[in-house]
Amino acid sequence: MINIKDLPDEELFTPGHTACPGCGVAQAVRNLMKVLGKNTVVYLPANCLLVFSATYPLDAFKVPYLHLLFENSGVAAAGIRRALRKLGKNDVNVVALAGDGGTADIGMQALSGAAERNEDIIYVMVDNEAYMNTGIQRSGSTPFGAWTTTTPVGKKIKGKMEHKKDVMKIMMAHEVPYAATVSPAFPADMLRKFEKVKNKHGFRFLQIYTTCPTGWRAPSEKTITLARMAVETGIFPLLEYEDGVLKVNYRPKGKYTVEEYLKAQGRFKHFTPEMMEEVKHWIEMKWRWIRTIEEGQKALEQEE
Amino acid sequence: MTTKRVVTGNYAAAYGALLSRIQFSAAYPITPQTFIVEHLSEFVNDGILDAEFMRTESEHSAMSAVVAAEATGVRSFTATSSQGLALMHEVLFLPSALRLPVVMPVVNRTVAAPIGIWCEYNDTMPQRDTGWMQAYVEDNQEVLDMVIQAYRIAEHKDVLLPMMLSMDAFILSHTVEPVEFPNQDDVDDFLPPYKAEHAHLWPEDPMIIGSFTPPEYIQEVRYQTDQAMHAARDVIKEVTKEFGKKFGRDYGGLVEEYRMDDAEVALVSLGTVTSTARDVVDELREEGKKVGLVKLRYFRPYPYEEIRKVAEQVSAIGFYDRSISYGSGGPNYIEGRHALYGLDIPVMNFLAGLGGRDVTVPDIRLMYEKLLEAAKEGKAMKEIIWIGTRGVEP
Ligand SMILES: Cc1ncc(C[n+]2csc(CCOP(=O)(O)OP(=O)(O)O)c2C)c(N)n1
Ligand code: SF4
Ligand SMILES: [Mg+2]
Repeated sequence: MINIKDLPDEELFTPGHTACPGCGVAQAVRNLMKVLGKNTVVYLPANCLLVFSATYPLDAFKVPYLHLLFENSGVAAAGIRRALRKLGKNDVNVVALAGDGGTADIGMQALSGAAERNEDIIYVMVDNEAYMNTGIQRSGSTPFGAWTTTTPVGKKIKGKMEHKKDVMKIMMAHEVPYAATVSPAFPADMLRKFEKVKNKHGFRFLQIYTTCPTGWRAPSEKTITLARMAVETGIFPLLEYEDGVLKVNYRPKGKYTVEEYLKAQGRFKHFTPEMMEEVKHWIEMKWRWIRTIEEGQKALEQEE
Repeated sequence: MTTKRVVTGNYAAAYGALLSRIQFSAAYPITPQTFIVEHLSEFVNDGILDAEFMRTESEHSAMSAVVAAEATGVRSFTATSSQGLALMHEVLFLPSALRLPVVMPVVNRTVAAPIGIWCEYNDTMPQRDTGWMQAYVEDNQEVLDMVIQAYRIAEHKDVLLPMMLSMDAFILSHTVEPVEFPNQDDVDDFLPPYKAEHAHLWPEDPMIIGSFTPPEYIQEVRYQTDQAMHAARDVIKEVTKEFGKKFGRDYGGLVEEYRMDDAEVALVSLGTVTSTARDVVDELREEGKKVGLVKLRYFRPYPYEEIRKVAEQVSAIGFYDRSISYGSGGPNYIEGRHALYGLDIPVMNFLAGLGGRDVTVPDIRLMYEKLLEAAKEGKAMKEIIWIGTRGVEP
């Protein structure tokens, strides 16, 4: 298993790009590229990553990449893969690096199609929980209550009124060969999952929790802390679904409270106790579902 | 050895792709294009077409996959119609600016509303400014021949632009006609394998395609794409000639003239209406009327020079259109007028067959009557004329 110390020094996602300080997306992509290595082709839809890494004539990627549009990552990456296969270049990793908006919302159709057809690609959802590139608008992946520029904290309505869409569950419903959630606060688990997607075939999905200090109104040195808090509170479960089996990779130990997580970010500043309760209720529901699956699986194993 | 078979336009399109040895296709079914997708599926599943074939979940995705595959370095193909083309619109701008020579038959069909499935050009015409070459074909033989030619033209190093082949719904797509099938060796000779030199996505030779581009650079991209569209005119003429020599069917380049010698009036038609118009011209000629026909083969690049040259020989010219730019006129007429700037002859626009209504012999006779009348008077009584429209005096 790869260790953080074993990561190659060579940067395939080089410094000099223009991401904000503390950008979780840049950090996640840098590590992912180190694991995937040179023999990789990247598809970038429209998102923060494209703009801060790939503004002509500069370019932070040392591997080939293609950008076409915002909502077609799943199918564009699949097109690249099929063409490479036709050319006999079968050992190349093809990876799409899409935002949560480009995945959970406008890109869902192309993603679903690619997953259903089991296209041989790695699809990464860099989840910074809003449309950051266009200036912090709500996405389907924005959590309940969060302030964004389209869910402002008004006199009557305060923040987003709906909960976060669970894309991991949607991918599991597609019965893909591999799907996992990733937190950069758990580097061993993260690198293991990066290696896993590199070595497996078929449709592989990763949802990476990527802190956005700018959009979350959080201090830039808190990128990793927030990622840890999200897992510890149960808000962002570390999961892995492989060949039909769901695994919980880390059980929250309650090192942080939900209140602490919410208070650490300006986007939740307006939260009332009732809103906090709503978040806790949502976490409970989420984990009830996870436990139901886990226990069902355990019972089945015993039966077998 | 060539073989003659009786096939539909859709079959001819799919077989043209097979003969062109496409390496990748992604497509989504829509009436009346559906059979192209079905035939491709059969070719692939029977092992006679050695291509990657992706049955996508939408046309937006089909075009996305095709552009991505072409950018990766393989010859790519798709086909669509109407709503499907409209859904692709966003993606259409990419292969032209990125210089990816994708080829796509479009079976022309009404775009809703009202919903209909019959022939109208309001699907392809609004794609005018996406940077695609647009050819309009007359019969099923031309469908097959043009798929092969389209790749030669599109992949030419001076062009490197995508091309759509517009073929009339049902009149071609679902109607059988005898078609001569060239043999594979001759096609291979005419159309060598695609070499992805200017664009590919290979780790051994990293290239970035489609980066976020500031104003310092985009204008040059626009200029180059425009130059390529201009350059396509000569390439089209060359390739048409070469095809004619090799396969015995020379379509004449950007336009084909029919009985234009000593003609007093000319009608510029496109699509299958041309065939009916040929008969009408023959009839009128027999009656001693000096009428001629110009078949517009390419709408992009538009043959401005050719049209002007024709107009300079006649006393009145008319443009046939199967779609309308509301409040303006038919797209062919608008372009034609632009070609004729400063020329002092009557110019007319005939709108007929919208929504797939048949364009009949009497309809076309009426167009010529109007033209002859305008030639005699030295001016058109009415410039834009709706033919065969309930409650409208033509
Ligand atoms: C069809 C289309 N609609 C809207 C946009 C504008 N747009 C570009 S990026 C973006 C948001 C990206 O959000 P996300 O996918 O979450 O990525 P992030 O920038 O947050 O990393 C939007 C709305 C677009 N480029 N294309
Ligand atoms: S806005 Fe957020 S996602 Fe975008 S570069 Fe800044 S920190 Fe990164
Ligand atoms: Mg986002």
